[in-house]
This record gives sequence, C-alpha cells and structure tokens, in this order.
Amino acid sequence: MLTGFLILFPLIAALILFFIKGEGAKKVALIFSAVEFGFALMAYVWFRNNTMDALTINCNWVQSLGIKFAVGLDGISLLMVLLTTFLVPLIILSSFQTTYDKPNSFYGLILLMQSALIGVFVANDGFLFYVFWELALIPIYFICLLWGGENRAKITFKFFVYTLFGSLFMLIGLIFLYNHTGLDTGIKSWAINDLYAAGRSLTESQQTFVFWTIFIAFAIKMPIFPLHTWQPDTYVTAPTQGTMMLSGIMLKMGTFGLIKWLLPVVPLALEKWGGVAIGFAVVGIIYASCIAIVQKDYKRLIAYSSIAHVGLIAAGILSANQQGVQGGVIQMMSHGINVVGLFLIADILMRHTGTRDITKLGGIRSMNGQFGVLFLIIMLGAVALPLTNGFVGEFLLINGVFQFSAWMGALAALTIILGAVYMLRSYQAIMLGEKKSNEVTFGSLADTDKAVLIIVCIAVVAFGVYPKPLNDLAEPAVKALLMNLK
Amino acid sequence: MKGLFIISGLGVLAMLAEIFKFKRALYPIVLIGILAAFVANFMEFNNNMSIEPFNNMIRFDNIALAFSSVILITAFLWFILSNDYFNSETSLADHFSLVLFAITGALMLTAYSNMTTLFLGIEILSIPLYVLAASKKDDIKSNEAGFKYLIMGSFASAFLLFGIALIYGATGTFDVLLIRAKINTGTMPMFMYAGVIMMLVAMCFKVSAAPFHFWAPDVYEGSPTVITALMSTIVKTAAFAAFMRLFLIGFGGISDTWGMVLACIIALSLIISNVTAAAQTSVKRMLAYSSISHAAFMLMAILAVHAKFSVSSILYYTLAYSIGSIASFTVLYNVSKDGDETFDSFNGLAKRNPMIALGMLISMLSLAGIPVTAGFFAKYFIFTTLITSPYKWLLIVAVLTSCVGAYYYFKVVIAMYFKKSDKHEPVAFEMSHAMLLAITAALTILLGLMPDFIVGML
Repeated sequence: MLTGFLILFPLIAALILFFIKGEGAKKVALIFSAVEFGFALMAYVWFRNNTMDALTINCNWVQSLGIKFAVGLDGISLLMVLLTTFLVPLIILSSFQTTYDKPNSFYGLILLMQSALIGVFVANDGFLFYVFWELALIPIYFICLLWGGENRAKITFKFFVYTLFGSLFMLIGLIFLYNHTGLDTGIKSWAINDLYAAGRSLTESQQTFVFWTIFIAFAIKMPIFPLHTWQPDTYVTAPTQGTMMLSGIMLKMGTFGLIKWLLPVVPLALEKWGGVAIGFAVVGIIYASCIAIVQKDYKRLIAYSSIAHVGLIAAGILSANQQGVQGGVIQMMSHGINVVGLFLIADILMRHTGTRDITKLGGIRSMNGQFGVLFLIIMLGAVALPLTNGFVGEFLLINGVFQFSAWMGALAALTIILGAVYMLRSYQAIMLGEKKSNEVTFGSLADTDKAVLIIVCIAVVAFGVYPKPLNDLAEPAVKALLMNLK
Repeated sequence: MKGLFIISGLGVLAMLAEIFKFKRALYPIVLIGILAAFVANFMEFNNNMSIEPFNNMIRFDNIALAFSSVILITAFLWFILSNDYFNSETSLADHFSLVLFAITGALMLTAYSNMTTLFLGIEILSIPLYVLAASKKDDIKSNEAGFKYLIMGSFASAFLLFGIALIYGATGTFDVLLIRAKINTGTMPMFMYAGVIMMLVAMCFKVSAAPFHFWAPDVYEGSPTVITALMSTIVKTAAFAAFMRLFLIGFGGISDTWGMVLACIIALSLIISNVTAAAQTSVKRMLAYSSISHAAFMLMAILAVHAKFSVSSILYYTLAYSIGSIASFTVLYNVSKDGDETFDSFNGLAKRNPMIALGMLISMLSLAGIPVTAGFFAKYFIFTTLITSPYKWLLIVAVLTSCVGAYYYFKVVIAMYFKKSDKHEPVAFEMSHAMLLAITAALTILLGLMPDFIVGML
C-alpha cells in the first residue's frame, strides 16, 4: 500500500498547491516534498524488514485487456524512489532565491511530475509503466514552456516531439510483447513477469525488433548519441529547477528502463545488438566530452557532461554483467545528486554575476572562499575522484564495460580523463585566477543555496566513503535480474 | 430500431413546426427526442431480435446499437453546441429537419444489412448535408463548400452504385451476409473484385481518406462551424460504421485483395493529412486535416480484419474522437466569433478564460493521444489490433505522423498558454457551452480511466 501512497501523496499535494495563492506556495511545496521523503525512508525501513506485502499493490484496472494497477519495490526501484524523493525537496529549496510567476502552478507541476516519476519506478505492469512514462512528460513540458528562457517555445517543442516519438515506438514494442503473452493459456497480460516470459519466447529477429523499438525510447530520454540533439538546448533553456528535474531524475527513467524493461526481456537480441548499442553510447561519451571542453556557457557545459556520464551508465548497463549493472545503479544515484549541485552552481553564478560565460568569470574563490570549497567538492564528485560518490559508480561501470570488451572499456575510460579536463578547466576559469572585470562582485551565499550545496556535498563525501547502503540494496536486485537473463 | 423511428419522426415533426407555429418549442422537443431515442436504443441492447424488419433490409444488432448510441450521444452534444445556430437562423424549422434527417441516414448506415439500404442511408445522410454546408446563403465560401460537396459526393455515390452493381452481378444478391457466404464458398469472377475496389474508393471518398480527400478541407472551412462539427463527428462515425460492416463482415473473406490498397490509402492519408495540417494557419482547416488523419487511424482497425478487438476499437475511437472534436469545435466557435479562425485567435486564452482553455487543453491532449485521455486508449486499441495483422509497417508511419500530430495540437496549447494577446477582455462564453465543455472534458478523462466500459460492450 505504501508504494501506491508514494505516488498518490505528491499528486494530492500538487492539487492542493494549485489552490494556494502567492509566495507561500514554495514553502508548502517544500514541506510536502520533505514529508514525501519521510515516507520513502519509511518504505526503505519496511523493505529492509522484508515486509514486502505492505509495499505491493496488485489490482485490476482494465480487466478485459489484462491491465493491472500493479506496483511494488525491489532494490533498484527503491533506490530510484529514494533518489527522487531526496532530490525534489532540494530542488524546491534551491528555487527559494528565484521568484517565479504563478508559483503555485510551478511547484504544483514539479510535484505532479514527481508523482509520475515515482510511478515509472515502481510500476510492475507494462501498461502502467507506459502511462506514467508519458505522464511524466506533460508537467516538464509546461515547466519548460512557461518558465523557460529565450526561444523556449521552439526548443521545448523539439524536446516534446522527440520524446513522444520515442515513447510511441516503445508502445509498439510493448504491445508486440503483450500480444505474445499467454499463448498457451489464451489470457493476455501486461504483468512484468509475463512480459519477460513472452520476450524470451520470441525468436531472435522478433527480439531484435522489440529491442530497438524500446531502446529508442530510452536512448532519447537519456539521451544517447545520436538522439541527443534536443538535450543541450532544452537543459539551457529550461528554468534551473526544470533542468534539475530533467537531468537529476527524468534522465534516470531511461537508464532505469534499460535495467528493468529491456535487459531481462530480450536476452538474445542483447547478445547480438548490445555491442552496437554500447558503441553508440561510447561514441556519445567521447563526442559530448569533447564538446564540453570547448563550451563557454557553464550550464551548457554541464549539459554535455551529462550526456557523457549517462553514456557511460548506459554502456555499463548494456554490458549486462554484475559490475556494469550495479555500477549503473549506483552511478545513477551519484549523477543525480551531483548534477543537481552543479546546476545550482550555474544558477548561483548567473544570479550573482549576471553571466555564465566562463571566459568572463574568474577569481571568485578569493571573493567567497566558502563557495569555492563547496563547488570544489561537488566538482570533484563529478570528476569521480576516489572517496567521492562518483568514483564508486564509475569504477564499477568501467570495469563492467571492460569485461564486455577491452576496447570499449578503454574508450569508455576516456570519460574520466576528458571529464577531469573540462571540469577542472572550468573550475579554474571560474574560481581561480584574476578577476576579469571590476564590476563583478560576489557576495555571500543565501542560506537556502548554502543549505542545498552543503547537503549535496555531504552526500558526495558520505557515499564516496561509505557506499555500502547503496551496494546492499543494488547488489541482490541486480543479481536476481541477471539470473533471469541466463 | 425504435431509435431510428423516433429520429425520423422528429424530422417530420420539425417540418410541421413552421406550419403549426411551435417553432419555439422545437429545440427542447428535439433534445428530449434524442434522449428518448438513446434510451430506446439502450433497451434493445442485448435483446436479440428474431424478426428482421423490412425483409432483412436493416438489422439492429449489438454492433449497430452501439454505433447508433455513439451517434445519438454526439448528436445530443452537437445540439447543445449549436443552439446559437438555431436561434439566429430565420428558416429554423428547415434546418432542424435537415439535421434530423441527416442523423436518420447516419443511423441507417450503422444497421444496414443490404446494399440498397447502404446506398439509401448514404444518400439520406448526404443530401441534407449538401444543403447545410451551403446554409450561410450570403457567404461565397459557404456556397462553394456546398457545391463542392455536392459534386464530389455525387461522384462517390456513382462509384458506390457501380461497385454494388458489379458485386450484384457476381453474387446475385444485395444482402451483405449472403455475399459473405458466397465469397467464402467459391471462386468469384474478376469483376467482383473490381466492384469491391470501387466500393472501397467510394467509401474512402465518404470518410475523406487520401487521395480522395481534396474536398474535405475546403468544405470544412467553408461551412458554418457548427455544420463542420456535425460533418466531422456524426457523419464520420456513421461512415465508419458502414465501412466497417461492409469490409469486415461482407468482404472479410477476401481481405487479401483490398488489404494492400487500403494500407496504401492509410499510409498516404496519414502522411498527407498530418504534414499539411502542420502547415495550416487556420485552426478550422487544421481540424479538417486532423480529421483525415483520425479517419486513417480508424481505417487501420478495418485493415486488421481478423483481430478480436477491431470492431470495439473502432467504436471506442469514434466515441473518443467525436467527443474531442465537439469540444474543440465548441471552443473554436466561440473564439472565432469575430471571424478570425487562425491560431492567433487562441492567443492568451488561458488568461482571458482559464476554464475554457482547460477544456480545450484536455480535448487537444485527447486528440493528440496523450494518456490518460480517451484519445490515448483509442490509439492504443488501434495499435493492438493492427500489430496482429500483416501490415505492421503501417505502425511506423502511424507513430511518426502521430508526432507531427502532437505538433499542431500543441500549437493551439502554446497559443493559449504562452502567447500574449492584444485583446484582454475575457472571452464571453454561454453557460450551455461551458457546461458542454465540462461534460466533454469529464467524459474524455472518464473514458480514459475506464475504457473497459466501452470495449467490454461488444
């Protein structure tokens, strides 16, 4: 029941928010999202105590078509739910220094999106998964459209059509699977285990069809080269909080989908085409890293770095071994946390100095040492220095890809070097050296910004030093999943 | 069956209204009559008639009753939408009777079991529409629409008749079920297949599938908005019920011969309609092209002859599409009262009237096929039926064009919520139209949450 409640609570909260007028909305939204995080922690405790019955729901929705409202948690989806519920309060808190027009709708949409995202992560029914997948798109579309920057109508539209295009392909793949369920009993079903069984009963060429139709949807969402062209513009144009939702959480829908809705379904196709897909991911890593190196706009730089990171996650997951998938899960957590921190930093720079152009910035550390330290920690997390959270995931990921193919592993490992180049270079340009213009002053940080950055920094260090809680959740779930593959 | 009698009776009554001077009472009488017809329909459901009236000419089985019900629901909503139209027109009784006779034809089309009834139904449906399309007498565009519709419609009818004649020549019967039996038992002469293709062409004319769609945008644009709404909902539903009965039941056995032709027609309709719709500046024309695209979607279910759900998926689609269309035409009608039918006329509607914008948003989401609206399930059912057929490649075309579809539906949304308008005064909306929008929005969401209710009917 609790899982259903996790979906329902933000939905109700969003509906309440739509009726709250004025600036109070952001505080109410923060309280609601914090409470939601509390519920997620409760789910974590219950999960550890093995009270699984209390966490699953399985009731009929459209009986004649075998569609059920089936939700439940395993280690991987629980981690995703924890990530979502942890990030949303941070994202809301990070917006306290910005005044948005019609705050009630803005925060309402964020909570609405949270509800759909949690639905995606906990769905155990293919159809339900698709519905939540699509529902998550609508709020973010409006967030980007109504509160975005220049040229938003056109850019947001590209994003929308891109993802809709992918989703519809996924729908076809899922319907194809659905039509192959219950061939012996005659009862068709959307339940995840029936879809798994149906997928494995297919011939190799049929599996290939399913693999590519579903993969396109996930590849667009993440995004993987060459389907990434919507991403940099959308990230830059969206309001900071929208970008955080997109990169911190929504991107994980794609990687999560790979793990739960693609790997176990089409083992034969994966064996045949997995290498090609990894190839795309690896090309994306190098391509995006190289572009990131020459970016001047800091927000755009992070956007490209996000393509590189997610490419590595996808490559690790597609290599379909214990290290790769487990590393993918852990890196999804780390990347989510780090990227929210980085986008907040970009936002702070913009607010304090009026520009994100790294060639125009410089010497900020001497003006605000505290900011310098916090920025440094988060940046090192993104670079994946040992003892930061980024390291644990990336190490496992590269290990996983290496097991799949030494060449791919070597190429994927370039991400660490290239990542260090663009991250350190931009840090150097922004924070160190001389002040570029006398007009730029950088006062002390606002309390809310500071709070968010400190929480992110604590998470970066804590999970870097002690990743055991994450591993404990991810490992058995990934093992069970890979057992299924064989 | 009783529903058909009630509606045709209402038509006759409407003609008498002018003579006996109860024009004022006509509007409520018609609304009540439609409700009564709906209830009568409902009572007959699952109540298999052993005697088939008029020597097997017409047969109200469950499928026919279900489609008639969709038509009657839509008709009821349509009459609420068009109360203005009936208030302002001078020749009020004529308009009432014309519309009612068109609906009579539509009901006949859902239930025919004989080719002659099919032809009669189509003519009864079409002839009033030719007049209604031209009913803005002093508007040159409206006259053009009526004239064009007449010419093209007659052309299609000729095709239909020729096809019927050829099929009669081959099988010796007009009865759909007997034709089916004949087809299944033995080989047919070549000209029989020619007849089938001719009927296919004629029906494609009627549902405005490409490349026989050229009349549709001009007719839709030129006709008064409420008549356009009538054409794109009730007429479409009826034409599809007829199309389906003919090809699923009558010619289902020889689907190999017409399947590929239909598949090409569908692909062509999808591409042409969506690409052209995306380039429109007038919302009314956009809706006209979008109706061609929806027609192509429904044709896909006909293509999947042997699928279990193909009839119920068409039923669901017609209902979802009719409701979405009525809602969007209601908003369009009110927004474009000053004659401006472009996307710009929707600018800033969210500020000028938030509730109406919300209603329009829901109908646009439904037409674009976004969950959890009725339009999403409609598309979903079509996909599930088509994937069992040999024409899987059409799905790819359908997906690609659906994305284009999202583009032009969202153009309206963007205009409403995003663009600034130079007009600031709130858009006046009649109470009845606001109620209508509330009903359609609620139905759209409800159908999306409980699609079982409709699909489980058949």
